Amino acid sequence: MTITVENVSKRFGNFAALDNVSVEIPNGGLVALLGPSGSGKTTLLRILAGLERPDTGVVRHDGKDLLDRPARERDVGLVFQHYALFRHLDVFENIAFALRVRKRPKAEVNARVEELLRLIQLEGLGRRMPSQLSGGQRQRVALARALAAAPQILLLDEPFGALDAQVRQELRRWLRRMHDEMHVTTVFVTHDQEEAFEVSDQVVIMDHGKIEQTGTPAEVFDHPASDFVLRFLGQVNVLHGTVADERARVGELTVAAPGLRGEARAARIYVRPHELEIDRMPGPDRVAAQVVRLTPLGAALRVELDAGATIGRVQAELDRGRADALGLRASEPVFLGFRHARVFEEERRAA
Amino acid sequence: MSAPQPNPARTEPAWVKAILVGVAVAFVGLFVAVPVAVILHHAFREGWDVFAAAIADEDARAAIRLTLLVVAIAVPLNLVFGVAAAWAIARFRFRGRAFLITLIDLPFAVSPVIAGMLFVLLFGASGVFGDWLAAHDLKIIFATPGIVLATTFITFPFVARELIPVMEAQGADEEEAAMVLGASAWQMFFRVTLPKIRWGLAYGVILCSARAIGEFGAVSVVSNNVRGRSNTVPLHIEDLYNEYQYAAAFAVSSILLLMALATLVARRLVEHQATRPEPEEGLPVAQRIDIATIPGGIAP
Repeated sequence: MTITVENVSKRFGNFAALDNVSVEIPNGGLVALLGPSGSGKTTLLRILAGLERPDTGVVRHDGKDLLDRPARERDVGLVFQHYALFRHLDVFENIAFALRVRKRPKAEVNARVEELLRLIQLEGLGRRMPSQLSGGQRQRVALARALAAAPQILLLDEPFGALDAQVRQELRRWLRRMHDEMHVTTVFVTHDQEEAFEVSDQVVIMDHGKIEQTGTPAEVFDHPASDFVLRFLGQVNVLHGTVADERARVGELTVAAPGLRGEARAARIYVRPHELEIDRMPGPDRVAAQVVRLTPLGAALRVELDAGATIGRVQAELDRGRADALGLRASEPVFLGFRHARVFEEERRAA
Repeated sequence: MSAPQPNPARTEPAWVKAILVGVAVAFVGLFVAVPVAVILHHAFREGWDVFAAAIADEDARAAIRLTLLVVAIAVPLNLVFGVAAAWAIARFRFRGRAFLITLIDLPFAVSPVIAGMLFVLLFGASGVFGDWLAAHDLKIIFATPGIVLATTFITFPFVARELIPVMEAQGADEEEAAMVLGASAWQMFFRVTLPKIRWGLAYGVILCSARAIGEFGAVSVVSNNVRGRSNTVPLHIEDLYNEYQYAAAFAVSSILLLMALATLVARRLVEHQATRPEPEEGLPVAQRIDIATIPGGIAP
C-alpha cells in the first residue's frame, strides 16, 4: 500500500513546479511535505489527489498506476487550505457528500455522518451552515468530509495555516491522535517546521521543485543534507570563513570539518543558537565578545552577542540554569566558542 | 441591527445632497414616471370597454402568444449557452478566450436593426442559405424561426454576462473538492455549481426575458408583419399606432408595461435573496461554540 512517486516533473509555463521528484510514502505513515512557498509541495499533493497531471513520471499506489485514474476514482480524501466547504450545504450534508454521490443507503449515510460528527466533536451542530462555524470547526468539518468515504489516502494542504496559534496547537495534536487510531496513510503540506516535526513520522523537505532531504524529524534536524535544510529548520548563525584539511576557520575560532580535505577555500559555518558556548574565562577556541541584548524565551535565554568584525553579531541560546550561573548583563564582555558546528563549502556540499 | 451612524467627516453638505436627490427624482419623474402615467392614461381614456376590446382582439392575443413562444424558446437556449460560456471563460484559460468574451458582447454593441439584417442576409430568399432553404421548403425569414433567431441573438449576452463575474469570484475550489469526493461531472454541476450560481442565473434569466419580450428592431426586420401570424407584441403596437388606433396601441402597451413591471418585481426579489446577509450575522457570539469550550474537547 506504499505510494511511490518516481521522477515526477511538472511545469507551469516557464516555472518548474516539480523537477524530477522521487519519494516513497510508507503505508499508514504520516508524512509532512515541508518547504517554503513555491517549493512544489502543494503541486505534489495535487498530483496525488488527481487535480494536476505531471508532465512526466510515475505515481503508484500499492504497485498500481495512480495517474490512470481520475480524481474521483482515487479513493483519496483531500482537505483544502481554505477548506472549500460547500457553502450552500449544512455541516451534515457537507460530510455526507461523498456518500450521497456514491448513492449509499440513507441509514448508512446517517450512521456514518453521526459517527464522524462525534469524532470531530461537533455533535448536534449538523444543521449549522459553514458560515456559522469558527475556523477550527470548519477545519474539522473539512477533515470529516474528506474521511467520510473511508479513503485509503488522506491529503491535507496547509491544514492549520489559517488558524490562530492556540487552535493550531490543539488541532495538531488531535490530528496526530486521530492518525494513530485510524492508520490512514496521510500526507500533509506545511511551511512550518515546528508543525511538521510535531505531527509527522517523516519529513520531506522541498525547495525549488526538488526534494532536499527525506527522513525522520530527528534525522533531518541532526544531519541536515544541505545548507538549505539547515537554514530552513529554525534559526541558525551563518558565519563566512575558510576550510582546509578538515578544519574550518572563522576569525580566531576553528572547528572540525570532517571530509573537507584539500587546500583552503571559502566555506560557510552554521551554528545553531544552542550550539554556542558562553564563558566568563578565556580559553582555547574562545573569542572575546560583548553581550548586546538579552531576551527571555520561557525556559531559555536568548543572548545577542557582538564578536568583532570578522564574526559579527550572533545569537546564542542558553538554558536558564546556565544563564543564571553566568549572571549575564547587557554590554558585558564574555568569551564565545562553538560546541558544535556544520561546515559547507560555498558550492553546497555537506561536510 | 441599527443603521450605522453617518460619519460627519465623510458626509456631503446638505445642499449638495438636496441637489443630487432633486436631480435624480426630477429625471426619473420626467423620463420614467410621466411616460408610464401617459401610457396608462391613454390606455383607459376611451373607457374600460375600448381597453378590454383591444386586449381581447384576436390579433392582439396572437401577438401575445407569439411573444410568449419566442421567450419560451430563446430564454432556455440562452440559459444553456450562457452557463456553458460562463463556465468556459471563468474556469479555463484557452486560446481565443478574450475573443470569446468580446464576441459575447457583440449583440450589445450592434444595433438590433443590423442584427435583423444579418439574419436576412444569411437566411433570406437571396441570402447565403436562401437557395438551400427554398429547395427544402424551409422558411426562416418572415416566419417564426426568424423571430426566434433574432431574439436569441439580441438576448444572448445577458446570462453569460451575469454569470462570468459570479463564477470568477467563487473560484473552483468547491468543484475540485466535489471531484475528489467522488462526484461525476454532472453531480458536480447539479450539486455544487448550480446551487452556487443560482441567484446570478435567475437574475440573468429575468433580464434576458425582459429584453426578449420587448425586442423590436431586430424582430421587425425579420418579420413580415402579418397580423395574427408574425407579429410580436411590440410589432403589434406599432401597427396599431400607425393606424391611428391610439387607445388600442396604448392598451396593448400597458400589457407590455405590466410584463416589464413583473420582471422588475422578480428582479427585486432575486436581488434580495442573493444579497441577503449570511445567517451568522444574526447569531449571538456566545452561541458559537469554540473547540476550547467543548467538554472533553481536543485540548490535551
